[in-house]
Amino acid sequence: MTETVIEAEGLGLRHGRRGAWALRDVSLRLPEGRVCALVGPNGAGKSSLLTLAAGLARPTEGVIRAASRETLAYVAQDKPLYPQLTVGETLRMGHELNPGRWNAETARRIVEGGALDPDARVRSLSGGQRTRLALALALGKRPGLLLLDEPMADLDPLARHQLMGVLMADAAENGTSVVMSSHILTELEGACDHLLLLDGGRLRVFGPVEEVVAAHRLLTGPAAASGGLAAHTVVETRITGRQLIALVRPRGPVDTRTWQTAEPSLEELLLAHLRSPGAPVFAPVASHTAQGVRA
Amino acid sequence: MVVLEFRIDRRSGIATYLQIVQQTKQALRLGLLEPGDKLPTAREVVEATAINPNTVLKAYRELEREGLVEAKRGLGTFIRRSLGGSPADSPLRDELADWALRARTAGMERDDVAALFTSVLEQHFEGDGDA
Repeated sequence: MTETVIEAEGLGLRHGRRGAWALRDVSLRLPEGRVCALVGPNGAGKSSLLTLAAGLARPTEGVIRAASRETLAYVAQDKPLYPQLTVGETLRMGHELNPGRWNAETARRIVEGGALDPDARVRSLSGGQRTRLALALALGKRPGLLLLDEPMADLDPLARHQLMGVLMADAAENGTSVVMSSHILTELEGACDHLLLLDGGRLRVFGPVEEVVAAHRLLTGPAAASGGLAAHTVVETRITGRQLIALVRPRGPVDTRTWQTAEPSLEELLLAHLRSPGAPVFAPVASHTAQGVRA
Repeated sequence: MVVLEFRIDRRSGIATYLQIVQQTKQALRLGLLEPGDKLPTAREVVEATAINPNTVLKAYRELEREGLVEAKRGLGTFIRRSLGGSPADSPLRDELADWALRARTAGMERDDVAALFTSVLEQHFEGDGDA
């Protein structure tokens, strides 16, 4: 059975007593050693979920259990670092704050990959260099669980590719579990094996990417045949002239004489969910049991 | 020494693990990989391509299932045998050739035949690749 790194039940977070809910009714279980994309539009609750998982905020309702402080690394969106320290001093701080855990070799490799001068002050670094240093600090800790809030936002394409490579190499070598957020899905596609879609503080889609994609089909057919869709769970339908395009979760064989079926891309799938706030949640609990048995 | 570099095309519509499988086979056909060669480790592949490690492992498992590579515990994944050309004279191909000829004789156009073939393919191989 696979271990769990994050488990949430009925999780909710509200800012102030009468404030709006940043997160509501979120239940999920993320198995160990997975790389999970946390996606959703601005204000979806991504950062709230990450700060709750990092133990930096207390839930207003429900519970969340995640890896302990010692084995968890969290890189906030603004990559907080000490501007007056040099790169070298920042790494030494990482060493001293994590006695017995610190992997100087990993940290050094990440920093050197970006040609960062060890004597440069943090305040003089570019956004991309700061991200690199923050990631070096996080991975040097040898975390079991790495939480990254918009890690790639201020990186150029090359640095993005390199740092994603560094992250994946660490996941391959140490089995690190990673949750990273972005509002740009393509940034994460390919690197993640789990997908978590939040929208308006609610969980909309959660599960292994392969299962999420396999559970959905894009149907194209005559608008007149729309009645036949009732046999399936319909996420979204769009009608243009006599043509109908629907994203469905088939609950049985699809009539392939009426409908042309295709596997949706991850992007099509997410956009369809975001355009249809009323679509049923996709988060099959059974899938996680199956995952555990396979592992 | 890394003997092979995978080129991952996110826009190709082909599952990433299949791209690795196909590129390995292509390298075998072209003689760029030979029996005994070691495939790059999952770590090496993901560091260069920024894809998920499980995708690489899935591709290597598929290659192993097909008998093309062998995973040696703690050592890596090694090529077991080379690949000749595709089985050009298999009975299946003959039947398909017959079918294509009949379709043409019946007056179907190339695109019609392709659409028909794809739709039957979809019907019988739907969800394939999740094995």
